Amino acid sequence: MMWQQLQSIAGSYPLALRGLGMTVMLSLISLVLGTLIGFGLGILRTGGNRLIGGVIGAWVDLIRGTPFLVQIFLIFFILPELGIELDALTAGIIALTNLAACFICEIVVAGIRSVPTGQVEAALASGLSRWQRMRQVVLPQAMRIVLPPLVGQYVLLIKDSSVVSAIGLTDLTRVGWLVVQRVPNGLLVFFLVGLGYFIVCYPLIMLARRLEQRMGAAHGEVQL
Amino acid sequence: MLENFSFRTIVEYLPLFGQGLVTTVWLSVLSFAGALAVGIVLAAMNLQRGRLFRIPAKAYIDAVRATPLLAQLYFLYFGLPRLGIILPELVVGILALSLNSGAYVAEIIRAGILSIPRGQVEAGVASGMTYVQRMRLVILPQAFKVTIPPLLGQAIVLVKDSALLSLIAVAELTRAGQLLASDRFMPAEGFITIAAFYLLLYYGLKGLAALSERRLGLAGART
Repeated sequence: MMWQQLQSIAGSYPLALRGLGMTVMLSLISLVLGTLIGFGLGILRTGGNRLIGGVIGAWVDLIRGTPFLVQIFLIFFILPELGIELDALTAGIIALTNLAACFICEIVVAGIRSVPTGQVEAALASGLSRWQRMRQVVLPQAMRIVLPPLVGQYVLLIKDSSVVSAIGLTDLTRVGWLVVQRVPNGLLVFFLVGLGYFIVCYPLIMLARRLEQRMGAAHGEVQL
Repeated sequence: MLENFSFRTIVEYLPLFGQGLVTTVWLSVLSFAGALAVGIVLAAMNLQRGRLFRIPAKAYIDAVRATPLLAQLYFLYFGLPRLGIILPELVVGILALSLNSGAYVAEIIRAGILSIPRGQVEAGVASGMTYVQRMRLVILPQAFKVTIPPLLGQAIVLVKDSALLSLIAVAELTRAGQLLASDRFMPAEGFITIAAFYLLLYYGLKGLAALSERRLGLAGART
């Protein structure tokens, strides 16, 4: 019985690999896009324009205040009603990218605000343009605050990608769900699913911890 | 197009949404209480000098933090019957949320206790206090204060996470939206309404967190 189940689970390894591939691909795409958009939003939000800052702030709050599952359903079921046809994969990428961008925006804003105003004033006095100030003075210093939670955010993103299984995308969690219908051993199947995520996420958690210690220690500060 | 967005249907289904909201609230409260219990035990184990307690606690916390809640939920949902434990979906859901949030709560409590300056502990020792007295009279009252805002942050995460319980058919808020989407083919009405309810809970908890920070004199000390 146990042996049969093991064989059956082992036989699903192509499916499992496909699921893991889907999870990694989804996470990577939305991680890259979300980071770019998140940094853009964060810089815009601290840019001084009240209206733009307010709109971004309100959007970030809407996303932070609702469950990711509800956001996926909204995108997947409502965009088609507005005449935008999209498949589950596109909906998943849009939802995850948007989520990542909003959380990263908050992290970037906190980082930029942590840079002492004297630094900006000095850059201003040196005649640096706005873009030069941001790129050469503010962002390099902000990164110290930004980096540890950014890596932590990537872990959250990979874990949140499991929720896209709810709209039928065959990611790692969905594969577990499919396999457990044939092999009624939920403990073993979802232990293996969890192991798949653990292998991807745990190194990142360790990295975030290391960064936190390093960034804090380098500047003689207590932890964030 | 959304031009035939039906507020009437929303009003018609309002009792269902209300029930869903109430269920989400009380199951979140129960799960958070569970998470506090799990978190306190784990934090206490994690702060011991002996490895016997520390290593299992650390392993548990890492395992929970490195895997998605949905996989944990399915692990219990499909796995417990295998052990001969048949529980209603709702109980499985509360269990999963407690066990998951407990790991995060443990880290918050540990950080709170470690934030108390060593001098306080030494002063306790010098005054001849026992370990329990030092914990109860010196460390915990101070740590309690610092942990309130991040604990409320974790409560916000928990309320949002509870939406996943709809996937194992627990009749909470998100499930109510799904019903409207599937029975009446009105996903917009269903999901926008529940999003609004979740925002209500979010702003409530967020306001409470801000208030506690001000009242406890912690403004700007957020972790």
